[in-house]
Amino acid sequence: MYQKKPELAKGVDALMIWLYVILVLFGLLCIFSVEYKNGDPVLQTFLGFKREYSKQFYFFIASLVVATFILLTDSKFFTATSNLMYAAGILLILATFVVGKEVGGSKSWIPLGFMNIQPVEVCKIFTSLAIAKYLSMPDLDFSKTKSQLIAAAIAFSPAILSVLQKEPGAAIVYFSFSIAFYREGLPAIYLVLVFSLAILVIASIVVPPTALLIALSAIALMVAMIFRRKIKRDKGILVVIAGIWLLCVGVQFFLVPALFEKVLKPHQVVRIFTTFGIDDYKFKAPERQAEMQKEYAKLGTVRKGSNEKIEGYNVKQSKIAIGSGGFIGKGFLQGTQTRGEFVPAQNTDFIFSSVGESFGWVGCIILMLLYFGMMFRLVFLAERQRSTFSRVYIYCVASILFFHVALNVCMTLGIAPSPGITLPLLSYGGSSLVTFTILLFIAIKLDADRQMVLR
Amino acid sequence: MLAFAGVFIIILLQLTNLQLFSSGYKVSADNQGLFRKVVYPDRGIVFDRNRKAILQNTTIYDLMVQPNKLKGVDTLELCKILGITTEQFKKKVLECIIKNTRSRPSVFDGLLTEQKMALLNQFMFKFQPGFYLQERPVRSYPYDAGGNILGYLSEVDTNFLKKHREEGYQMGDYAGKTGMERTYERVLMGQRGIQYWKRDKLGRLIERLDNGKYDTTAVAGQNMYTSIDIDLQALGEKLMENKLGSIVAIDPKTGGILCMVSSPTFKPKLLTGADRKKHITNLLLDPSLPLLNRSVSATYSPGSTFKTLQALIGLHEGVITTETQFSCGGAFYGCGKPMRCLDIGTFDLRHAITLSDNTYFAQVMQRVINNPKYPNVDSSLSAWDNYMYAFGLGRRLGVDVPSEKKGNIPTPATYNKIFGAGHWNFCSFRSVSIGQGEVDVTPIQVANEMAYIANKGYFITPHIVDSIEGGDKFGMLTAFKEKHRAIDIPDSIFEAVHDGMEGVVSRGTGQGSKVKDIAICGKTGTVENYFRGVKQPNHGFFCGFAPRDNPKIAIMCVVENSGRFGGTYAAPIVGFMIEKYLKDSITDKARKERLEYYSNLNLIPPRIYAQIRTQDSMRHSKDSAYLVAKGYIKLIKDTLEIDEEDEQDALDKLKKDKETTKKTPGKDSTERKMIIKPDAILPNEKKRQEARDTAGREQ
Repeated sequence: MYQKKPELAKGVDALMIWLYVILVLFGLLCIFSVEYKNGDPVLQTFLGFKREYSKQFYFFIASLVVATFILLTDSKFFTATSNLMYAAGILLILATFVVGKEVGGSKSWIPLGFMNIQPVEVCKIFTSLAIAKYLSMPDLDFSKTKSQLIAAAIAFSPAILSVLQKEPGAAIVYFSFSIAFYREGLPAIYLVLVFSLAILVIASIVVPPTALLIALSAIALMVAMIFRRKIKRDKGILVVIAGIWLLCVGVQFFLVPALFEKVLKPHQVVRIFTTFGIDDYKFKAPERQAEMQKEYAKLGTVRKGSNEKIEGYNVKQSKIAIGSGGFIGKGFLQGTQTRGEFVPAQNTDFIFSSVGESFGWVGCIILMLLYFGMMFRLVFLAERQRSTFSRVYIYCVASILFFHVALNVCMTLGIAPSPGITLPLLSYGGSSLVTFTILLFIAIKLDADRQMVLR
Repeated sequence: MLAFAGVFIIILLQLTNLQLFSSGYKVSADNQGLFRKVVYPDRGIVFDRNRKAILQNTTIYDLMVQPNKLKGVDTLELCKILGITTEQFKKKVLECIIKNTRSRPSVFDGLLTEQKMALLNQFMFKFQPGFYLQERPVRSYPYDAGGNILGYLSEVDTNFLKKHREEGYQMGDYAGKTGMERTYERVLMGQRGIQYWKRDKLGRLIERLDNGKYDTTAVAGQNMYTSIDIDLQALGEKLMENKLGSIVAIDPKTGGILCMVSSPTFKPKLLTGADRKKHITNLLLDPSLPLLNRSVSATYSPGSTFKTLQALIGLHEGVITTETQFSCGGAFYGCGKPMRCLDIGTFDLRHAITLSDNTYFAQVMQRVINNPKYPNVDSSLSAWDNYMYAFGLGRRLGVDVPSEKKGNIPTPATYNKIFGAGHWNFCSFRSVSIGQGEVDVTPIQVANEMAYIANKGYFITPHIVDSIEGGDKFGMLTAFKEKHRAIDIPDSIFEAVHDGMEGVVSRGTGQGSKVKDIAICGKTGTVENYFRGVKQPNHGFFCGFAPRDNPKIAIMCVVENSGRFGGTYAAPIVGFMIEKYLKDSITDKARKERLEYYSNLNLIPPRIYAQIRTQDSMRHSKDSAYLVAKGYIKLIKDTLEIDEEDEQDALDKLKKDKETTKKTPGKDSTERKMIIKPDAILPNEKKRQEARDTAGREQ
C-alpha cells in the first residue's frame, strides 16, 4: 500500500513498516486464539465487530488510516504543534478527573461511545514530542541543572497526574524518558542514582530492616575506611558519606513505608510483595490491613505453614500457560490454558502467555527478536538523524517501547510485579494500538524527512 | 543499547527456564486444562436358557439444573410436578451451587419416575434452559425375578477401588455389587472409552483435545447366555413367598443352574431407579435378611437328605450290601444313649432310604468308622471325609455366584480339638450319620449332590453362565466344563440308592412331590435346629432328581422353620417345580389350586415377627445415625459381604462356637448369624404379611 504510492513511501523505512505489520498481525492471531470459540463462523465474526479480534481488526484498519495521514503530514507540523499538543494532553488528563469513567478501579478513561481512551496512554506521544521540542531548542544547554529539571518536569507531570488518578502502572512508563535524556547528555550519575535507589527500595522490602541498617552502616564504614587518607585531608568527604548514609536510612525507614502505607493501594502492595515472595507484610493502618487480607483471600494461597511461594493468580496462571508450551508450543488454537480461559486478561496484559502456550519457546524468542529488532532499528534510525528533534523523539519512542515490552513480558513471566501495562501492538485495545501506531509512524515520518532540518 | 540487550537476555533466560526446564507447569496445565472423560459402554445383556433377556439396559432420565441459567424458569410449575415446596426448591438449587458451582450442571432430581417424566416432557419448554433432561443408562429386569442371581449395581467404595486399582474405576462409578453383576463384572462392564477434553476455568468442557487423537473408544459389555429358566425361577419365587428358605435346581448333565430361589427375596427393580437408596436401606434392615442369598450363603445341617450319601459310602466301602438289614426297635441304642427313629421294624437299604430310618444309617456309619480296614477312627473318618469332598461337600464348589459358603464337614482335627486326640469315637458324633451335628451344607451343595447321584458318580460345578457372546476372554467358564469324578463308584450302587429314592416319592416320606407320569427320585429331610439355644420348628428339606432314567433336573428345597416334616411343604414345592420344568407348565386345575395354596402359605417363623414387634417398640430410634452408631447397619453388611478375608475369621468363630454349642447337636449356622443380627426396623408391609399369615393358617 505504501510502496505503491511514491510520495507516500518516499524515504520511509520499509523494515519498520514490516516489523509493525507483522507484530500487529501476530497480535490479531493471538487475540483470535484467545477468543475464538469452536464453531464460530470465522469470517462473519471477524467482520462483525462483536468479538475483540474483530474490533482489533477494525482498530488496525483505523490505525492504518491514521498512519497514512501521518505519513502525508509535513514533518514540520509536529515540531510546530508539539507544545500545543502537550498542553492539550495535560488538559485531557485533567479532564478525566471530571468526566472520567472508572475502569478497573482507576478513573483514567474518557468514554467516547464506541471506545474509551486513556489520556495518560495517548499523552506519551505528546510528551515525547514536547521533550524532543524542548531538547532541540538551539540555545539549550542540557548540562545545566535548570534545563534538566524542566525536561524532567515535562516528562513526569503526566506521570504524577496519573498516580493521582490511581493508575501508577501507566506512570512507570514515563520513566523511560530518562533513557532519552541519558542519550542527550544527562550525566550517568542520575541513572546510577535511580538504579541505586531502586536497589535500596527492593532491599528494604526483601531484607529485614535491622539487617539492612547494619549492612548500610557497614558499607558506609567501609567506604570511610577506604577513603580515610582523603578524609584526613578533607573532612567534607566524611560529611558526604554520613549524608548519603543518612539518606539511605531515611529512604529505608521513612520513604518506603510511607509509599506502602499511604501511596499505593493494598492490592498493589500485595502484587509487589508477592513478586518478591513475601506474604507477611502488615499494614499499620487496620483498615488497609483488612483490605489486604481480603486481597490475599482472593489469591487463595495463604496456607498456614506451607512453604509454597505465594503468587498472584494471574501470574501463576500465566506462568502455567507459558511453561506448558514447551519448546515448540501446543499449536495455534490448541493451547488448553488459552482455550480454557484460565489466564485472566489474556487479551490485554497477559497476551504474551498465549504466545508462550501456542507457539512455545521458539515463538516467544521470535517475538522477542521482533521487538528488540524494532528497538535496535529505532536506535539506528535515531542515530542517523541530523536534527536533534527527530533523534530525541525516536529515542523516546524506542524507550517507551522498551519499557512496555520489558515490563509486560517480565510480568507475565513472573519476574516483575504486574503494573498492568500492555504489550505494544499485540495487546487488545484501540487506545493502545492507535497510540503506538502514532508513536511509531511519527518516528517513521521524521526518519523519512531526515534530510530536512527541523526545529 | 546495553540495557536493551540485558533485559532481552533476562527474558530469554526466564523463558528457557519456564518452557524448557520446568516440567511442573505442564503438569499443572494438564491438571486444570484437561479432562479425562470416561465413556461408559452399555453393560452386557443376560439371557436365560430360552434366549429371553432377563437383565438388560434401559434409559431413564435425570433432571439436570444449571443454576446460572435459571432466569425465567417457571419455578412454581416445576415444584408442582416434582411435588416439592418452593423452599425445598431453593434449598436444592443452593446445594447444587455449593456442589458444582453456578455454571456447571448438577443433578437436580435423579432417576425420574415414569409419571414425573411424562409430566416433565410435556412442560419442559417452561423450564429450559435452566433445566434439561439427561439420559442415564440403567439396568432393567424384564421379569423382575432372580434378584439374588442377577444382583445389582452400586457405587464403588474405597475398598473396591483399592482392590481393583489397575482396572480404571473411579469414584462414582457403578460396579456389580452382588450376584452375576459382581462375578462377571469384567465381562459385563465391557471396556470403557476415554475422551480427552479441554475444559475452561469453570470446569466446562469446551472441545476434544486434538480432535480425539488420544481417545479410546468404548467397547460394549459382552452378552451372556445363562442356564437359568426364568419362568421356573419366577414360579419358585412365587412358591417361596412368605417362607424363609431356598430352591436350587441344576441340570445334572451340564451343571447349569436352572433356578436359584432365595426367600425372602427382593424385586430387582426396586434397586434401580429413583428410590433405590430407600429400598436398599429397608432391605438391609429387614430381619428376614432378603439380601442374603440363602442358596449359596446359608448353611444348614442336611438332615436325612444326607442318608443317601451314607448309603453310597456304606455300599462302596463294602460294610453293607443292598441286602443288609438292620432293625429299629424305636431307637438306636449303639451308643448307650438312645437315638430315636420314627419307624419301627426291620429294613434293607432301599426301605431304609424310603422311610428314612435313623437307626439304619447310624449303623452304616458306625460300620464305616469302625471298619477294621482302617487302623483307627482318625483314618476311617478321613476316608469318610474324602467321600464327602468327592460329593462336593465341605468345600466351596466354585459357583459363579458370589459369597458362596463352604459349609462344614467334620474332620478328625475337628474332634481332636473338641474332645482331645484319642478321646473320641463314632458315638461322639453319631448324629452326623443322619445329617445332624457338625455337618453343614449349603442348598447349592445339596442340589449338586443330587446331580452327582443322578449322574451316577460325577458332577459338573454348578454355574449360571453357559456361554459368553464373543468368547470367554477371561477364562471364567473353563472350570464349568470339567466332570468331577473323584471316586469311581459302580452304577449298581447308584441303582440301589435310586431305587430307595424313587420309593421315597412313590410310597415313602416324600409322596407330596409326586407328579403324574414322572419318575422322581427324592429324599426328605427334617432338620432340628436351635436359635439362641431354644429349639425352633424343624427345617423342611426335600431334594431329588427327575426323571429317574434320564435325569434332567436335580433339585433341592429348604423351607426354614416350617415345622412338621420335610415331606410336608418342601416335597410338594419340589413337585411343582419339576412338573413345571419337565412339562413346561402346570395345567391340571386341581394341581393349580394346590400350587396357589402352597404359595399363599405363610411359614415365616414367629421369631421373625417377634423381632418386628421389638423393632416397632424401638421406632423412635429410626434414624439411621443411631443405628450406625450402635453398629447395627454395619453388622448387617458384615453378614452380607462375605469375602476371602472374612473366611479366616469365620473359621475361628466356627471353632469357638463349636465348643459352646457342641451339646446342641441340631445347630444351624444361618440361625447363629441371626444372633448377631440387629434388632432393626421393618417396613410396614411386613405387618400386613403377618395378618395374611394368620389367614393362611386358618385355611
